[in-house]
Amino acid sequence: MSIEEFISGITSSANNQPGYLLQYLYEIQYQYSYIPQQAIKLLAEKLSLTESHIDGVIGFYSFLHDSPRGAYDILFSDSITDHMLGSRQLLEQLCNTLGVTPAIPSEDGRVTVDTTSCTGMCEQGPAMLVNGWTIAGLDQNRIETIAKLIESDTAVEQWPQEFFHVEDNIQRRDILLSDDSNKGDALKALIEQGEDAMLEQVESSGLRGRGGAGFKTGMKWRFCKQSEADQHYVVCNADEGEPGTFKDRVLLNAYADKVFEGMTLCAGIIGASKGYLYLRGEYRYLRAALEQKLQQLRETGLLGNSILGKDGFDFDIEIHMGAGAYICGEESSLIESLEGKRGIPRKRPPFPVTYGYQNKPTVVNNVETFMSAALIAIHGADWFRSVGTEESSGTKLLSISGDCEKPGIYEYPFGVSIQDILKDCGATDTQAVQLAGAAGFTIPPAEFERCVAFEDVSSGGSFMVFNQQRDLLDMVQNFAHFFVHESCGFCTPCRVGSALMKDLVDKVHSGHAGQYDLDEMRKIGLLMRSSSHCGLGTTAPNPMLDTLNKFPQIYEKRLKHSAYEPAFDLDAALQDARDITGRDDAGAHIGTES
Amino acid sequence: MNGSKTFTLDGKAIAFEDGDTIMDAALRAGEYIPHLCHNPEFSPHGSCRVCVVEANGRQVSACTQPAMVNMQVDNSSDEIMNDRRALLQMLFVEGNHVCPGCETSGACQLQAVAYYTNMLSPHFTHFFPQRSVDASHADIAIDFNRCILCELCVRASRDVDHKNVFAIDGRGINSHLVINSASGKLGDSSFAATDKAAHVCPVGAILPKHTAYDKPIGERLYDKQPISIVGDVAAHEQDEER
Repeated sequence: MSIEEFISGITSSANNQPGYLLQYLYEIQYQYSYIPQQAIKLLAEKLSLTESHIDGVIGFYSFLHDSPRGAYDILFSDSITDHMLGSRQLLEQLCNTLGVTPAIPSEDGRVTVDTTSCTGMCEQGPAMLVNGWTIAGLDQNRIETIAKLIESDTAVEQWPQEFFHVEDNIQRRDILLSDDSNKGDALKALIEQGEDAMLEQVESSGLRGRGGAGFKTGMKWRFCKQSEADQHYVVCNADEGEPGTFKDRVLLNAYADKVFEGMTLCAGIIGASKGYLYLRGEYRYLRAALEQKLQQLRETGLLGNSILGKDGFDFDIEIHMGAGAYICGEESSLIESLEGKRGIPRKRPPFPVTYGYQNKPTVVNNVETFMSAALIAIHGADWFRSVGTEESSGTKLLSISGDCEKPGIYEYPFGVSIQDILKDCGATDTQAVQLAGAAGFTIPPAEFERCVAFEDVSSGGSFMVFNQQRDLLDMVQNFAHFFVHESCGFCTPCRVGSALMKDLVDKVHSGHAGQYDLDEMRKIGLLMRSSSHCGLGTTAPNPMLDTLNKFPQIYEKRLKHSAYEPAFDLDAALQDARDITGRDDAGAHIGTES
Repeated sequence: MNGSKTFTLDGKAIAFEDGDTIMDAALRAGEYIPHLCHNPEFSPHGSCRVCVVEANGRQVSACTQPAMVNMQVDNSSDEIMNDRRALLQMLFVEGNHVCPGCETSGACQLQAVAYYTNMLSPHFTHFFPQRSVDASHADIAIDFNRCILCELCVRASRDVDHKNVFAIDGRGINSHLVINSASGKLGDSSFAATDKAAHVCPVGAILPKHTAYDKPIGERLYDKQPISIVGDVAAHEQDEER
């Protein structure tokens, strides 16, 4: 098939809508391993967009490339939990076996080995993506086999099926995960009770957003319902990008029908006829099964026109893929991305409930929120309120990874203490828990009696355990690099601040920093927190600020004993000169006198 | 001021209309809030954050925050001025801003706001990025070293000129301005010196050729009066002052 035919095929299937640009680019990337210049030209003509606009979109998303990556595009998940499971040694092993340099396509153009942000396989890592498909549970043997498969030019489709198996690893079930209701029960309840009564149920259940911010779901739905417009939208945020989180992966694998039903419930209440599931690119492997489930729902009258035979209850759901951008978990960035643009967070106000997707009132909720809402529709608000705390009703799914015997998914009533969680997952000798991900909180043992709840420590679900043998500064460094990679670049404090912060953390890590640098980190962190445009920038300094306060020893033991150290290393600065002259004798070095 | 809605800016009552941001109302009242990416001719952007103020105890960007009745806005506390200075220092070290060698010196908002906030040094470690100069166009040159990503040229070319000559590519610290033409050069684009986009750059990134030193350094807009008095460069585009 020629590139013209391929592009005509994908664009005509979406009526040549420019808003589907990201979806077209996603398809082209996986067809050709990059976006050829010719494709950009063709898309620009077809969609009446400028080429630089398309370049800008390609440049924004990590999984899109303007130069070939080869038949095998391999990305090692680069989260701290992958590191702790040996990912960097495995990356080195693969690169050495294949004779390639990380991040640079091999000379024969066959393969690129690179890293990517957390792929959501933290409890069964180390993990990688090969051409977008997930392989978890990596070890030396697997890497050896993968190298052979690549060297023998075996198509990824022919690789052993067990490589692509992903476990659910559910370790503790409560009201959500022990659900045994039938498909359609929530929608039947909606039709029986009516939209207004059902919205009251959701409101009085006290359900709050499960993505971490904790906004009251019923209130969000009511605001959206009250916003007058010819169209409303329901969007499910499945861009589970927070390092250490993988509970949405499990819900979408094992409970997708209930998630879709929650979206349909919302649609029925707010009067939406169209919904989107925004699925992170890393979960490409889940897509086909989700499409199949949507088709089954349509065939059984639970999606489509006249749902459950009710006239005017029309709603359908489409899946949109993300392409490697953590910022798109922020709801207004997600909406920009859904519209096929760079995922830059919008100004607020207005909020999505009044001006969302296509500037129409839009509800954006997390996967777990929609599933909870579906169960509230079936069992009622009181049932939901009977679990959890006064401020935080219901349960929370935690994704537990790191130093513990039984990592996996744990569903707890809100109010559970960190101490109890650690006991259940078999964590001993714990130095710290990183709760709510890279943007979250570093909890020292003295605070292990604190509770997971909106009124205490609120979390989207990431729970990473670090034992006493770990160097927490490795975690801080990993997160600092993560935020530089993931900052969208829109506002000054986050764009520049995160880069300055990373350089300072590296300086401490390499043993070149003084007390002055720690003070600088604090100053930059507080500025980012107070003046950034969106939640990414305001929370990005959290790991540094938290550890500076609660784990000062991880910094102090690496400090030079002077107040001020220069930002550059005199000896390292001479490296270029040494390379040019071919010298490496003692006289070609500075400051390394014995 | 009877009957009109007001908020308080540094203790002064400022009248506003529905739909006004803090910036809109302050500018109308002749009060200066430092800013770079804001230009009243365009819809607010909120990216440079230099207009950060404390409104009812919370830091917000004045250019995007809707004004509200009785809102207490702090525009000049030490804390706010320190934050602004640090944000400006970040912009200075991110690019290559060498005022003594820049032909826009004296008529540059980045420089003028830096003076206003008493910025005496760039403070942070310089990034010294490798950026290019594009002199391919007959009338206008672009020095990417000085771009601060305010996107005013992007907005002007899109919304006023309807040409979409500019766009932003990359992400995070790698974000950069690009030009829509086959070669990526300005000379191959549809850009013209008469475009609005040629007259909105608050710094020395988009430069008219051949006229650089018609007005000598020392006699330029901000050489005579501070930015808090004379306001934006763009507002003086047509007059002799610049």
